[in-house]
Amino acid sequence: MSFAIREGWEAVIGLEVHCQLRTVSKIFSGAATAYGAAPNTQADPVTLGFPGVLPVLNADAVRYAVTFGLAVDAQVAERCVFARKHYFYPDLPKGYQISQYEQPIVAHGRLDIELDNGTVKTIGITRAHMEEDAGKSLHENFTGVTGIDLNRAGTPLIEIVSEPDIRTPAEAVAYLKKLHQLVVYLGICDGNMQEGSFRCDANVSVRRKGAEKFGTRTETKNVNSFRYVEKAIEFEIERQIEVLEGGGKIVQETRLFNPDTGETRAMRTKEDANDYRYFPDPDLLPIVCSAEYVAAIKAKLPELPEAKRARFEAEYGLSPYDARTLTSSRALAAYYEAVVKASGAEPKLCANWVATDLLGALNKAGKDIEQTPVSPEQLGGILDLIRDGTISGKIAKDLFEIVWNEGGNPAEIVETRGLKQVTDTGAIEKAVDEIIAANPDQVAKVKAKPTLAGWFVGQVMKSTGGKANPQAVQALVKAKLGLED
Amino acid sequence: MHTSSLKELAAGLKARRFSSRELTQHYLGRIERLDPGLNSYITVTAERALKQADAADALLAQGQGGPLTGIPLAQKDIFCTAGVRTSCGSKMLDKFVAPYDATIVKKLDAAGMVMLGKANMDEFAMGSSNETSFYGPVKNPWDVTRVPGGSSGGSVAAVAAGLAPIATATDTGGSIRQPAALTNLTGIKPTYGRVSRFGMIAFASSLDQAGVVARSAEDAAAVLQAMSGFDPLDSTSVERPVDDHVAALDRPIKGLRIGLPKEYFAEGLDAGSRAAIEAAVKVFESLGAVVKEVSLPNAPLSVPTYYVVAPAEASSNLARFDGVRYGHRCDNPVNLKDLYERSRGEGFGAEVQRRIMVGTYVLSHGYYDAYYLKAQKVRRLIYDDFRRAFDEVDLVLGPTAQNVAFKLGDKTDDPVAMYLNDIYTIAANLAGIPAMSLPCGFVEGLPVGLQLMGNFFDESRMLNAAHQYQLATDFHKQWPKGFAS
Repeated sequence: MSFAIREGWEAVIGLEVHCQLRTVSKIFSGAATAYGAAPNTQADPVTLGFPGVLPVLNADAVRYAVTFGLAVDAQVAERCVFARKHYFYPDLPKGYQISQYEQPIVAHGRLDIELDNGTVKTIGITRAHMEEDAGKSLHENFTGVTGIDLNRAGTPLIEIVSEPDIRTPAEAVAYLKKLHQLVVYLGICDGNMQEGSFRCDANVSVRRKGAEKFGTRTETKNVNSFRYVEKAIEFEIERQIEVLEGGGKIVQETRLFNPDTGETRAMRTKEDANDYRYFPDPDLLPIVCSAEYVAAIKAKLPELPEAKRARFEAEYGLSPYDARTLTSSRALAAYYEAVVKASGAEPKLCANWVATDLLGALNKAGKDIEQTPVSPEQLGGILDLIRDGTISGKIAKDLFEIVWNEGGNPAEIVETRGLKQVTDTGAIEKAVDEIIAANPDQVAKVKAKPTLAGWFVGQVMKSTGGKANPQAVQALVKAKLGLED
Repeated sequence: MHTSSLKELAAGLKARRFSSRELTQHYLGRIERLDPGLNSYITVTAERALKQADAADALLAQGQGGPLTGIPLAQKDIFCTAGVRTSCGSKMLDKFVAPYDATIVKKLDAAGMVMLGKANMDEFAMGSSNETSFYGPVKNPWDVTRVPGGSSGGSVAAVAAGLAPIATATDTGGSIRQPAALTNLTGIKPTYGRVSRFGMIAFASSLDQAGVVARSAEDAAAVLQAMSGFDPLDSTSVERPVDDHVAALDRPIKGLRIGLPKEYFAEGLDAGSRAAIEAAVKVFESLGAVVKEVSLPNAPLSVPTYYVVAPAEASSNLARFDGVRYGHRCDNPVNLKDLYERSRGEGFGAEVQRRIMVGTYVLSHGYYDAYYLKAQKVRRLIYDDFRRAFDEVDLVLGPTAQNVAFKLGDKTDDPVAMYLNDIYTIAANLAGIPAMSLPCGFVEGLPVGLQLMGNFFDESRMLNAAHQYQLATDFHKQWPKGFAS
């Protein structure tokens, strides 16, 4: 069932995405950022906000932020500053978060998304600023107290703020997926949404169609899967229209999504919002990104999904669908290109095997492309054996399974297990003769209705254990039965 | 021993006329005997000191060690010392044992110095009389009914009374120079960024700078030299070689251009102090210095500017003291708000609370531009004043304080009168330039301080001028009654 916004209404949606940068250490200290360590084992004095400690900026975090800016055609600020954002919370060790306020590192970017009807829509990116993540308050497994884990505190983030250009929940999801693909492609984020590496807040308002002014918006916090984002926005649009049609008013507030009920509920209103008292952090110098620095990063930008897709279509003659599938991740695209390089097979055939057989098997096994047991060279080897007629497509599938399970060199496996295609017409002829002799009824049927010749081909293939060359069998069957091509 | 200069002490140690252990024990004995009347130490670290002394003796016995090896000192209790309580003069940190050493503690330890203990100070360095300390006021050795100045009151009292040959101190608005002036010591605040702030508990990050209080410019030069230098852990420390302050001391100062800012000799300056300063100017002239009047037209704006910038940064820096991870926590908090309110309400004294309130106010939404931003602009003007002055002169000379030491309790009920103590010292912090105070006479038996301000990173020139002055005068050699013997 697809969602439709009530007649006469329009939604205005802007998304804020918190994207953890994949640095080895934290944004302002040498503590590790790895996920899942025992609580507070990655909290050094800087992370803990001890008296007297000072932040020192991680250069990789800046490089990643600039990388992102360049990938979305944004302006990278020549000079930007960190600001302190103040509020009290137990998982915020210093009583302030080091963030950026008036001068973010990235501004005025854009991201093109493809809608279901095939049209392309540009979503503006207002800004992306750098900041440190907070820790986590743990309420489970404690009674009467709250546990605090500061391992995550100080992990570098970029907060990516979109323009209010998004109009439907589906667009929101398309934007998020595109953004997610991009940051993973760039290698600046691991994209793991369960672990919170890529988190989204949704700003939603509604207005009567044709109205110019935006309605009052609400912000729904921390919706951490594409499906939840869609659900939360759908709920919020419906709720707001319901309120307005009932003569009510929307309160500007922060809301929380409950995945169990699919509903959002009010968390705090604008009135109890914090006055963050932003001011430039005096412990940190302004970040200066020189033209040379930015150019050097630009020179090292990986090929982006869009460009890669276009190239795959042009260079390998792939369909838009296959090109999109194969460029969905950098690793998959690299795998595909390695297969093409390793084998003399048609790029199109390579694409079919990677997109269908390999991805199917990976999917079934719950593995990523990075974990594939079949290397590009092995798959290329299988495809070469098809190409030179050594094996049939059917045997190739069996061979793929053997390589998947046991590994090994495909050509050697074919040799040692006798999987070679039988192309000796004498042997095939003998098999054809036998089948014809044993099935006079079928012969009569086929003569009346030549399209049934396939039955004989099938029988011959069966009797040769699939090793006969199907084209040769086909030709011989037709010749023996006196059928014309 | 305690009347010797550092050079003499070093020579004695080197010649093994006495050991570092004996020297240390001598000071520990004096502390035990005399400090109950002064309250200059919060924590005496006798055991640690003797261990360091023994290590120094071992080095010296092998003919190794530098000019500071085996020489004791007092550390202001604002510097984190691993394994030793670091209170910052506050109940908030009464039980706080730092898990790490401040960079300057590391450096002075590495230079072989022996830490006698942690010196008393105004709470979080907020005060000009050392009366805001949780550990009680410090008495001025020159008259125990009077204040020693602040915030480095413990450091100066200890050195003035011979309870340490030298002490570290910090200066945010005059906290080295004003107490040095009130106790007949030589105190220097170097250029902002010259000495690492890592491990120095922050009051106002853009103004705080560590330095020393000593019995002479020569002593100060030796220890400042060892403290100074770039620290990768402090982003605001400057990567620039440290001048050889000691080698520069003996240069003649003929032709040295000294500027007298007319704003520093206007109304408010006590007549006796003025006379002492004017006499000192004559001494400089007799040494070949060329004196002329200069103008720092924005200097009168220093105090109001400072009392916006410093509290703003303090309110932010002190947000981390929330009772959650370390420091004072109230008993039986009923909820999070109660935990914050009572922990902070109980842990901070009145002056600290006042400044947090002022700072919070000036950073608030709607007030930021009018106060903080404006103050930063005025700060720029003050900086420009100095820039212009240093086009014409090498050093700027004026009084350090308007008056000699005042009576304990005299100004505790009048914060504004207290703040005016720093009227001559604050500008150097706002501009970031180095400044020092040195003894230049007495008014009714109480010391008067002379202030020298230099261009950025011109500590050597300042110390050189001060040393030459001290070769020609003996004010700095005077001892408060009862402490020389």
